[in-house]
Amino acid sequence: MFVIKCPHCFEAREEEEFSYGGEAFVARPESPETESEENWGDYLFMKRNPKGWHWEMWGHSTGCRKFFVLKRNTANHTIVGAWTLAEARKIYDAEEAIA
Amino acid sequence: MSNRINHKNSRVDLNRPLTFTFDGQTYQGFAGDTLASALLANGVKVVARSFKYGRPRGIIGSGAEEPNALVQIDVGARTTPDLKATQVELYDGLVAGRTSGWPSLAFDLKSVGGKFSRFMPAGFYYKTFKWPTKLWPFYEDIIRRAAGYGKSPVEADTETYDHQHHHVDLLVVGGGATGLLAALLAGRSGLKVLLVDDQPELGGYLLSMPNVLIGGVNASTWSANIINELQSLSNVTILSRTTAFALHDMNMIQAVELLQDHLPHAVRKNAQRRERLHRIRASKVVLATGAFERPLVFGNNDLPGIMTASALSTYLNRYGVACGKNAVIMTSNDSAYQGAADLAAAGIVVTIVDTREQINPEWAAKTNQLGIKVYAGYGISEAIGSNAVQGAQLVKLGSLKNVATAKGPYVPCDVLASSGGLSPTVHLFCHDGGRPQWDDARLAFVVSANGRAKDGIFCVGAITGVFALQEGLANTHNTLAELLAGLGKTINSSGLVLETDEISVTPARRIFHVPDGKDGHGAKAFVDFQNDVAATDIHLAVRENYRSIEHIKRYTALGFGTDQGKLSNVNGFAIAAEALGKTIPEVGTTTYRPAYTPVSFGALAGAHVGDTFEPRRYTAMQTTHEQYGAEFEPVGQWMRPWYFPKPGEDIHAAVNRECLATRNSVGMLDASTLGKIDIRGKDVREFLNRIYANAWSQLAVGKCRYGLMLDEAGMVMDDGVTACISDTHFLMTTTSGGAARVMTWLEKWHQTEWPELEVYMTSVTDHWTTAALVGPKSREVLAKLCTDIDLSKDAFKFMDWRDVTVAGVPARVFRISFSGELAYEVNVDASYGDYIWNELMKAGKEFDITPYGTETMHVLRAEKGFIIVGQDTDGSVTPFDLDMAWAVGMKKPYSFLGKRSLARSDTSRTDRKQLVGLLPEDPNVVLKEGAQLINSSDITPPVAMLGHVTSSYHSAFLGRSIAMGFVIDGIKRRDEEGNNIVYAWAEGKAVKVKIVSYVFVDAEGARHNA
Repeated sequence: MFVIKCPHCFEAREEEEFSYGGEAFVARPESPETESEENWGDYLFMKRNPKGWHWEMWGHSTGCRKFFVLKRNTANHTIVGAWTLAEARKIYDAEEAIA
Repeated sequence: MSNRINHKNSRVDLNRPLTFTFDGQTYQGFAGDTLASALLANGVKVVARSFKYGRPRGIIGSGAEEPNALVQIDVGARTTPDLKATQVELYDGLVAGRTSGWPSLAFDLKSVGGKFSRFMPAGFYYKTFKWPTKLWPFYEDIIRRAAGYGKSPVEADTETYDHQHHHVDLLVVGGGATGLLAALLAGRSGLKVLLVDDQPELGGYLLSMPNVLIGGVNASTWSANIINELQSLSNVTILSRTTAFALHDMNMIQAVELLQDHLPHAVRKNAQRRERLHRIRASKVVLATGAFERPLVFGNNDLPGIMTASALSTYLNRYGVACGKNAVIMTSNDSAYQGAADLAAAGIVVTIVDTREQINPEWAAKTNQLGIKVYAGYGISEAIGSNAVQGAQLVKLGSLKNVATAKGPYVPCDVLASSGGLSPTVHLFCHDGGRPQWDDARLAFVVSANGRAKDGIFCVGAITGVFALQEGLANTHNTLAELLAGLGKTINSSGLVLETDEISVTPARRIFHVPDGKDGHGAKAFVDFQNDVAATDIHLAVRENYRSIEHIKRYTALGFGTDQGKLSNVNGFAIAAEALGKTIPEVGTTTYRPAYTPVSFGALAGAHVGDTFEPRRYTAMQTTHEQYGAEFEPVGQWMRPWYFPKPGEDIHAAVNRECLATRNSVGMLDASTLGKIDIRGKDVREFLNRIYANAWSQLAVGKCRYGLMLDEAGMVMDDGVTACISDTHFLMTTTSGGAARVMTWLEKWHQTEWPELEVYMTSVTDHWTTAALVGPKSREVLAKLCTDIDLSKDAFKFMDWRDVTVAGVPARVFRISFSGELAYEVNVDASYGDYIWNELMKAGKEFDITPYGTETMHVLRAEKGFIIVGQDTDGSVTPFDLDMAWAVGMKKPYSFLGKRSLARSDTSRTDRKQLVGLLPEDPNVVLKEGAQLINSSDITPPVAMLGHVTSSYHSAFLGRSIAMGFVIDGIKRRDEEGNNIVYAWAEGKAVKVKIVSYVFVDAEGARHNA
């Protein structure tokens, strides 16, 4: 039962207001028709599912209806922050560049 | 026989006697008693029979730790099973029953088997009742009946419950000495503080040691002063009779408050709730949850009259009950001495058996002075007695090892208590992932004082392993100073003197199971009383190669009961460690999970019962539907008319009549619940092209189209008709249950993948009310009320919509059909909904217009082969599986959602399960929905499953049964004479069925185009 601060509403609200939107930054392939079966299967089904830090998408479904990105530790449910898609992308890319 | 004494500072009021019954006998107690203290005061020793062996059992503890004294409280709708007598407050007229013991408490049939208990070790049930498998239902019935425990109420609960939410700066759990101090220090700093405590009275264990001096005043006065000050602080709230039972992520604590169960029935208020669930969000949490004393494990330690030393002391000091006249107390540490001294001072003969050879010199002097005999270096190997303890057989212990070196004396007694040290109440701390640490000096699983300060969880007092009062108060002060400093506040402890007159503590002996020198062949020594787990059972589990404590727990049932092993777990871990040749920290603990104590379903449900179980949505025509006698069914949160029976009609008669009236003349359906999403913006067409499987570029203004929505895996997830209002404005309809899900889906794709598309979505489901006018006479009915446009066949075509006026009200009429009939869906502003429904009914009177509900709607659509997403599909079905390739625009330039997946090797297989029509050979047999489809009438396993029936009805129009279902390779088999027979198998019968087209009525569409 998290408390999530919506980066669009700037309000900390109960988890009940939000809906989970899966792993963040899983980009849809540019031209699905030419993707190999394996690549398309990876896009559809193969998620990171880490024990530890996870970038994930949430929707403020009973609030502003905006989607945003959370960074959450799946092992202990620590949430370090929530950002708009664009803000999160920059932080995520910077982290990926180091890793 | 009364064990009640007039004890100084006891918390019972001897001027207020109360009458109660237990197991059919009437007794007297006093205000302030628990059921347990009142039973003990009346000399009732046997209160239960044990789970497995039927052994007589008495009260062991004084609170949430009690394993034995499970009772059934009250009768009728109010009856509650398996409450702990130690937690039931006594009131006048209380009726309590036993929950075990058959035929009676005095004689339990199981105890006959118990004599052979050597043959019923851990795993006995698993091993014995495994074969033959067929007989398990028979075994289970008998085992369950023998197991005992209380009876669930069979009447509906007449009482009410609710939930309250709190947002506080600091939650303090536990109202004992350290909790009171923590709440006071935080309250003085101005924080918004909530203090919860499970007892009717604050004070915690101070209530059991009222004579200890704190800052020069006795404990009663000390806590009364603090409580007075707390009550004067407007920023502090105190909840008594409130048990915090769960700690979740981000300091969400749930606590349940008992509001009325302690009151005599006559003064309970109907308007008052029985229990209240508090859901508390706290920035900081202080856990001052204290500790439970664990007993030592020894032979026959389950005899009635044997309890923990702290319980014995609590019954004396708090309740004025002397549990016997001749007490023997075995201890491994100093904590039992104060209680022993109190008992001696009250005139009870006390003998102490201390497992240590060196006892605390201060206590040695004091016991000597009080005439208490102390056996140092001894243990009790076995309690003696049959239905109650009559004496203790002592054994001399080795100085270094826990072995029996010589037989000791026999000491007669009528009450026997033991103390194996304290086990901190770490449960809440561990609920969301915290782990306790084994402290080898204190012989306990503890948490450090700053606990998980980073998460805002601080621990004070006994939970940190600090068991002495003065040290606990000091550690509370220091922890609060740190907590407040972190918030930029200074601590104010003016007027608080935290020194006590306790005797300083000397080290305990590390002992859990007292040896009897009989190498496992002595009397049974119980670890877990509620589940009849003896030390030998744990040894057996280890011999049978269970290694993880979690497995040992499950094999033996250690800690499985309603007491959740509060007394037994640490002893069990220690005994397992010894058997495994490991240290206790290597063995570790089992997992602490919510709830800390049992919580009633009523409290968890709160007001979410009956009509307020969840929000219900009604359409604008609800009142009119009720007047027509509609039966309703829930569809998502909506309540929709199901069918409209006339007097004497059952559902079948009503539905047959409604179907025929609609097909032959005109019917009307309330279709308001369909999800409606208004989509605008210059890129709407492109957006729909990407979202839907079919194409939207060419749809003209004034036209509608049916659309299939796929997920990225190519599976059908929703469907509905979407209308082109203008080039930049479309109105989408969704299934009634899928509206919110589709809205989220659209937003997600728009925001994450296609932000460049200019589209705006608005949910308008309840802006509109929809009356679907259906049947060959529908045009004539509409024509009477709508004269501003030409309604003729060619002027207002099938799949057109028009903005018109109906009965003087602006309306948007869609000529669409979910029945295959000529039909018009009349949409008006929701506030006109009831009016327009009634106007249409009046206009249709001459055609005998018939309102119909969802059941008839289902039959009509099935006759026409229209699917219902969620009934005929289950998330594993592609448009091709549905034989609906016509609804897929494979030529669209953008690769719409799900398109690529339709070409995956698995989805493009031709031998997938496909939707077909099914005609039972016997037209009077209506197939069971969900029936398995198989190839022959031979149902001897193994039978290959080909698919299943998804929709099945009796069609009055066709005069026979029809069905739809999935069959492997069904489309091909449908067209092959000789290969088109399957059998529908349900409830033991296989019915012969022919695979046909799923369009049963008007395949050419003449009716809807009429």
